Amino acid sequence: MADKRITLDELIGELRSGMTIGIGGWGSRRKPMAAVRAILRSDLTDLTVVAYGGPDLGLLCAAGKVERAVYGFVTLDSIPTDPHFKAARQAGAIECTELDEGMFYLGLLAASQRIPFLPTRAGLGSDVMVVNPSLRTVVSPYEDGEELVAVPALRLDAALVHVNRADAKGSGQILGPDPFFDELFLGAADRRFVTTERIVTTDQFAAEGPLQTLCISRLLTDGVVETEGGAHFTACVPDYSRDEAFQKEYVAAAGDPEAWTAFRERFLEVDEPGYQLAVGQATVEREARVAAAKAAAGTQGAR
Amino acid sequence: MSTPPPDLDGSGGSGVTRAEYCAIACAEVFRGDGEVMASAFGTAPALGVRLARLTFAPDLVLTDGDAALVAGVPALGVDPATLLLESHMPYRRVFDTVWSGRRNLIMMASQIDRTGNQNISAIGEWARPKVQLIGVRGAPGNTVNHSTSYWVPNHSTRSFVEQVDVVSGVGYARAEAAGPSATRFHQIRRVVSNLGVFDFETPDHVMRLRSVHPGVTVTEVTEATGFELVVPEEVPETRPPTPEELELLRTVLDPRGLREREIRS
Repeated sequence: MADKRITLDELIGELRSGMTIGIGGWGSRRKPMAAVRAILRSDLTDLTVVAYGGPDLGLLCAAGKVERAVYGFVTLDSIPTDPHFKAARQAGAIECTELDEGMFYLGLLAASQRIPFLPTRAGLGSDVMVVNPSLRTVVSPYEDGEELVAVPALRLDAALVHVNRADAKGSGQILGPDPFFDELFLGAADRRFVTTERIVTTDQFAAEGPLQTLCISRLLTDGVVETEGGAHFTACVPDYSRDEAFQKEYVAAAGDPEAWTAFRERFLEVDEPGYQLAVGQATVEREARVAAAKAAAGTQGAR
Repeated sequence: MSTPPPDLDGSGGSGVTRAEYCAIACAEVFRGDGEVMASAFGTAPALGVRLARLTFAPDLVLTDGDAALVAGVPALGVDPATLLLESHMPYRRVFDTVWSGRRNLIMMASQIDRTGNQNISAIGEWARPKVQLIGVRGAPGNTVNHSTSYWVPNHSTRSFVEQVDVVSGVGYARAEAAGPSATRFHQIRRVVSNLGVFDFETPDHVMRLRSVHPGVTVTEVTEATGFELVVPEEVPETRPPTPEELELLRTVLDPRGLREREIRS
């Protein structure tokens, strides 16, 4: 049986500039951020990024890695928009394919089923049909004669998803409430990579969660990378929730060139263990600041 | 003629706040609905859908805002971990539900126009927007698959515009132009703003002023609207909550008064 365990560097070695890369998760939830950070450190460029977008897309835009973004939305969930994606859009720095988020699902499904398109009502009458002039409609061959949008297959060169547990053979386990569309991202891609909080032995899956949490089969994976904290700062429940304080600092830093340089140097120009270490230190510093502020307020109150 | 007393809290003397009228107007969006998944974005819609569920639309199915349907009617701001869940509703199943039509929804709108187009994608030219917003999200698919209404907490000529910059949610004229597959399940039921309630129940489906919230004049509404509204000769006031509804709003559904932070009286 193949052992699919690889390192982050080996994963990056499988990618090429100009590729179309799908990134799993949703908004600021269960994003394969360790893999995204590894792309930021690489010399990969001119990527087409296909995602239910969050900070993954924002960071890749900030680093100038994105030629085209394919998305239905880009959001940080608790903060409506990602500042870097917003800046890239407003500067006209990237090309975009903006789809209804259900059309996006059908595009991945069509690609995973190796068919050219899937029909839907979603998109009809909206500017999605205007800003994507290559989109076509299709007329039902049956008596109803309905004219529907033909969502083209969203074929991917590579897909990156992050799960809670995986085994060395490439089966993945999602323990949170929503598997999102990770299975379809993998199904739509030629090269399929799963990063995981922890690699376990296959016999440990059952103790972690029920059968339906085993929703990524090894039929869909080529490589598995163990990256604890690999979704940080996005949510990866039940292992950890979104690091809201860090996300706020990410947004604040994006608004100021000097602060962004400092953020980049501290958190992005280091390897993954260096990132996790820096995040740990930043958390300790933040907690100390909060404690000091509270103590100061307490002293004032006593006066 | 005697001078009416000063309207200190904007309630017309009833003690009912503007935010509470907005919640009632949002609740009314769900009147007549049976067993459909009811989703509501924004504080007044979230309150309204809960109130409808507790009173005149008891079969509504509420979501936990994450990946489940909830059995009870949780107050605003409760810890999601404490909710009693009755079904699994991950996003993939949400789309199946949307496309089945078993859903009624109140979304927000950064811009809305005369024929009911909504924009949450971008302000300015889509190709290079002045302000990038969240993206079209599910608005195109929602509007052609099930009843959709909008909540605009900041009614002004910037939000009520002649023509939206990017058609995300599809209005009547655009649906009609797209053909029978687009109109088949299309309905923009209501628009609720901080000033009043609007619908499209006119011969050519253009926006009509349905009611003004007490304390708001018709002129205030038309002046804050960037297009020509259909204004009936008699414009009623948005109905007040019944004593029972007011009690539910204040003590059961929103004891922390979150509604007053969204819409200040």
